[in-house]
Amino acid sequence: MKVLVPIKRVIDYNVKVRVKPDNSNVDLTNVKMAINPFCEIAVEEAVRLKEAGVATEIIAVSIGSKSCQEQLRTALALGADRAIQIDTELTLDSINIAKLLQKVVDEEQPQIVLLGKQAIDSDNNQTGQMLGALTSMPQGTFASIVKVEGDKVNVTREVDGGLQTVALNLPAIITTDLRLNEPRYASLPNIMKAKRKPLVVKAAEEFGIDLSPRSNLVKVTPPAVREAGVIVETIEELVEKLRNEAKVI
Amino acid sequence: MAILVIAEHDNLSLKADTLKTVAAAVAIGGDINVLVAGSNCDAAAQEAAKAAGVSKVLVADNSAFEHQLAENMGLLVTELAGDYSHILASATTTGKNFMPRVAALLDVAQISEIIAVESTDTFVRPIYAGNAIATVQSLDATKVITVRSTGFDAVATDGSAEVVALSNVTDAGTSAFVNAELTVSERPDLGAASVVISGGRGMQNGENFKLLEGIADKLGAAIGASRAAVDAGFVPNDMQVGQTGKIVAPDLYIAVGISGAIQHLAGMKDSKVIVAINKDAEAPIFQVADYGIVADLFDVLPELEAAL
Ligand SMILES: Cc1cc2nc3c(=O)[nH]c(=O)nc-3n(C[C@H](O)[C@H](O)[C@H](O)COP(=O)(O)OP(=O)(O)OC[C@H]3O[C@@H](n4cnc5c(N)ncnc54)[C@H](O)[C@@H]3O)c2cc1C
Ligand SMILES: Nc1ncnc2c1ncn2[C@@H]1O[C@H](COP(=O)(O)O)[C@@H](O)[C@H]1O
Repeated sequence: MKVLVPIKRVIDYNVKVRVKPDNSNVDLTNVKMAINPFCEIAVEEAVRLKEAGVATEIIAVSIGSKSCQEQLRTALALGADRAIQIDTELTLDSINIAKLLQKVVDEEQPQIVLLGKQAIDSDNNQTGQMLGALTSMPQGTFASIVKVEGDKVNVTREVDGGLQTVALNLPAIITTDLRLNEPRYASLPNIMKAKRKPLVVKAAEEFGIDLSPRSNLVKVTPPAVREAGVIVETIEELVEKLRNEAKVI
Repeated sequence: MAILVIAEHDNLSLKADTLKTVAAAVAIGGDINVLVAGSNCDAAAQEAAKAAGVSKVLVADNSAFEHQLAENMGLLVTELAGDYSHILASATTTGKNFMPRVAALLDVAQISEIIAVESTDTFVRPIYAGNAIATVQSLDATKVITVRSTGFDAVATDGSAEVVALSNVTDAGTSAFVNAELTVSERPDLGAASVVISGGRGMQNGENFKLLEGIADKLGAAIGASRAAVDAGFVPNDMQVGQTGKIVAPDLYIAVGISGAIQHLAGMKDSKVIVAINKDAEAPIFQVADYGIVADLFDVLPELEAAL
């Protein structure tokens, strides 16, 4: 079976982003970029499905400017077989990302689409679910265990109260949580091999979808800063301050 | 304008998040209805009817909704959507699961995890793990929104809304509930507690979380954890506080053996008072803490328990 893995190029998770002085957006100039950590987990899971003989081909897809080819190459080095870049300079709402992905699903007919549960830049947590609705596929979001059995996949999900397992008919959407797996490092030979794997570029306009924005970013401001407080020397002093100064106990 | 709030519940009782999501609806302004979709969920519906500001509670009581599977919920809410300008759900794992399906079926965007309402079409939400705050204006006719409960104070429970039974049954038939392993705890929910004490990698193992329990007992606190503590298997995943775990904003948050990575701070830095206990004076957690103690947690936790 084919597995499709949509991946997003985002700011590296170690970088603390700054807001531009004119409050128009965050400042991404010269900031280290990387594959969204949840997408990396999705690639790893797809590779494991292939190693287990369940998946036969892994296709990575990313929607964005040419620079996201870098992250597609990372996915190829980790074990994806081929890649598709849907080229656009626009910042798209998730609904439009999901519509483009729906076209790729129509064309490739994957049995499983593995996405990250959320992109760590927008913190949206919605694209996989939207793609599920558009394709009428069931979904297992926030997955920590994935087991394919015949024409079904069992997904154990990380939910607020603990864990929940659902059984989904294939084809299905799965979005990854942090504990699904620990992604491997790409070996040097695999990084070299990835350079020769197929990567096709398609213009987003080719898909005939209305990509006009659904929302307007009015402004972006820094969060309220918290001042560092005081260092207390003893527990006695701490408890006294919590009781009498902060009045929280 | 009419607003539909989807209730968060377990069929037996309404989750406190729903009262906060109703508060967001009140801030938008309009006639507010609440949908309770479940199975044998009358008790939850009766509770929802008490939420102040709600005019009507719609009850879809059918086995198809017992576990609020996203596929079935998505179809149900979409069926009802025509009557509403805004559809709101709590940004819990349930709300995050089905709401984007509603948005996609309605062909609109979703505005995720708002923390404030500016106007009927403009909302405030954190991005980049809370390191930036975006003000977003929706251009869609129907606004599909999830609400972060730390942004709103619960409405009162002195209302008396009309309760109306729906006959809608939307069963996609593509997914099934298999089982759930839910953590049973005598302690308050992480999201609802006024005091939270969390342990990190510094706790060394799950056994040592007992050191936090004695303190939590005395303070009526919930216990949380950093991702490192969850990943290491010290405690279950539902205890994770942070960008990709639970977002909390209690009156008092005590971070023990937690370094203060941005992803952790994203989940707790709106707490009223933060206490950090860490043996490394350089740990970033001290930059957000109101009170810090530079000490070995194994020395000071027993002292703290005794002092309370
Ligand atoms: C995509 C992504 C999402 C993430 N989401 C989250 C999230 O939601 N929540 C989250 O928490 N993290 C998250 N993380 C992980 C985050 O980056 C950090 O790795 C994690 O928060 C570190 O946990 P920690 O502070 O417990 O461990 P460490 O960073 O290892 O810190 C342990 C601290 O304990 C102190 N210590 C050790 N022994 C003692 C002692 N005896 N007494 C006192 N102090 C002691 C040390 O000085 C140190 O400061 C995420 C990471 C990624 C990539
Ligand atoms: N531009 C994009 N290109 C490819 N996949 C994307 C893109 N944006 C989001 N995704 C996928 O959707 C997931 C969730 O993103 P989001 O809904 O934006 O939080 C990501 O982890 C990706 O798997």
